[in-house]
Amino acid sequence: MSEPTTKKTAGAFDIRYIIGGLLGFYGVVLVVVGLFFTSEEDLAKGDGFHVNLWTGIALLVTAAIFGAWARWRPIIVEDS
Amino acid sequence: MIAADSTFRLDANVVDYLIVVAYFAVVLGIGLLARRQVSSSIDFFLSGRSLPAWVTGLAFVAANLGAVEIMGMSANGAQYGMATAHYFWVGAVPAMLFLGVVMMPFYYGSGVRSVPEFMRKRFGTGAHLVNAVSFAIAQLLIAGINLFLLATIVNRLLGWPLWVSLVVAAIIVLSYTALGGLSAAIYNEVLQFFVIVAALVPLTTIALHKVGGWDGLRERIQPGPEQLSSWPGTDLTGIDNPFWSVVGIVFGLGFVLSFGYWTTNFVEVQRAMAADSISAARRTPIIGAFPKMFIPFVVIIPGMIAAIIVPELAALKGGDAVEGVTYNDAILLLMRDLLPNGMLGIAIAGLLASFMAGMAANISAFNTVFSYDLWQQYVVKDREDDYYTLVGRLATVAATVIAIGTAFIASNYSNLMDYLQTLFGFFNAPLFATFILGMFWKRMTPTAGWTGLVSGTLAAVAVAVLSQDALGGLSLGVLPFSGQGASFAAAGAAFVVDIAVSVAVTTVTVPKPEKQLVGLVYSLTPKESLTDPDQSTMPWYQSPTKLAGIALVIVVIFNVIF
Repeated sequence: MSEPTTKKTAGAFDIRYIIGGLLGFYGVVLVVVGLFFTSEEDLAKGDGFHVNLWTGIALLVTAAIFGAWARWRPIIVEDS
Repeated sequence: MIAADSTFRLDANVVDYLIVVAYFAVVLGIGLLARRQVSSSIDFFLSGRSLPAWVTGLAFVAANLGAVEIMGMSANGAQYGMATAHYFWVGAVPAMLFLGVVMMPFYYGSGVRSVPEFMRKRFGTGAHLVNAVSFAIAQLLIAGINLFLLATIVNRLLGWPLWVSLVVAAIIVLSYTALGGLSAAIYNEVLQFFVIVAALVPLTTIALHKVGGWDGLRERIQPGPEQLSSWPGTDLTGIDNPFWSVVGIVFGLGFVLSFGYWTTNFVEVQRAMAADSISAARRTPIIGAFPKMFIPFVVIIPGMIAAIIVPELAALKGGDAVEGVTYNDAILLLMRDLLPNGMLGIAIAGLLASFMAGMAANISAFNTVFSYDLWQQYVVKDREDDYYTLVGRLATVAATVIAIGTAFIASNYSNLMDYLQTLFGFFNAPLFATFILGMFWKRMTPTAGWTGLVSGTLAAVAVAVLSQDALGGLSLGVLPFSGQGASFAAAGAAFVVDIAVSVAVTTVTVPKPEKQLVGLVYSLTPKESLTDPDQSTMPWYQSPTKLAGIALVIVVIFNVIF
């Protein structure tokens, strides 16, 4: 592509990377807490559900989707 | 009521704090990043009109997904059950679709920067001044309510004194709106949307599991399974006759209040104006309508379940007096009872995020209207662009300080929700009447514009004063309306009186020349300027009308099922 104006991708400043990054971080924290630091009391609270573990996994999947989307369709910024 | 002693606490631990702190770090980071890209006043106030439709669409919903929505609607759900969904399926969604399909082309196409500016072009300075001043005042009051609720949550969760919570919350909101302007506010709204969804979806899932699924909910809900169906909603309106209750919901809530709120409220419309093209601007509220119609499931249903499984709320609903707990606490109590540490942190971050976003939305709309519509128009004209960007930043600081003051005013009211609905009736219902008449009737005169607005507002105030309790102690109780039925009635009166006065005044005053109304009135605007030139080549998922049709079908199905 040879355009007269220079164009570049928004890169790490793409809001989708930021959303994906934060949700991914939350996912990692929740999975770690869910796997290693879950007491019987916590389990009883969530009605027997592994709340942290499952939510953590769901967050990691969501984060991955955002990352993939941002990579597949990058935002093009026109440089002036 | 704010005293720290008699209320409950959430047991947050170090993991929860880590999650909350991570959120704030990202929020401030976005403010700093956005600052580097802000170069002119159009950037600061309208994000340079460069944002894609999915971003503005989610921001459109998130700007409204604040304290009132989450605490208020779950409280309504706990108290009245499924009828609360009318605020979404009869109220918000049809109005958002109407905004996208019919009204947005005029807003975006005419190149105005704010809703009051549209009023000025259509009706001249009288209506403009009335609208701009009342909007600015209303935003300061509502920002105060958001800030107060935010600080109350911080106080209940973390035990900080109310005034410390207020100041800390205000400083954080201030730093990211002042630094990055609308872009930062909008990006944070999108981020906040996902965090709040990540908090509410697991909460709802666990709550449903605990209560025994939908069947368990149906069996155990009090006073009976009629709370699971939304029509005729007599509890919600306070109107015993089912027929008039339905009329109240459809005309008062659905048509006047919701159309008034969603189509003329600059807080919302500003999000769409930041879109990158006219079709993206039209798609903004329509894309927003899709998440909006599913919000009841993660806000109202947890509220209903909370009233069953949280002992304090069940007792409250059973008619007992319970110390230190109200329906407004439904979501918080559910979090306390169901969420383990870790997940709890995400839920706290989500709630704090949504309350701050609500306030940031009020403030960013306020500073636009203040700098463009009041300062530039009436006080200091014809200065360079940088000057008005600076005024905008100073207005942001001033608005935040004032909001701390109005938050203390708000803390004196015990029924914020009814009060807020009544305020919307005062300001938005007449505005909607004037807009819709002005957009489709080219003869309507400038004088009719401002007289209609003023008399409509007065009519709503009169109904509120005559009702049982819409204005608390100020109400006289002459008319048999109470609760949210009263605000529906006040809004209806405002609408009818505004139309009647506008028509009457128009017949005896002089209209604007037709040449000045091109782009502002439907019959005088060429069809091509209302749509994108490449509209016909766009795929179906980029066509505003087709998307709106799909949304309408889904929302009708919801109304039939529930």
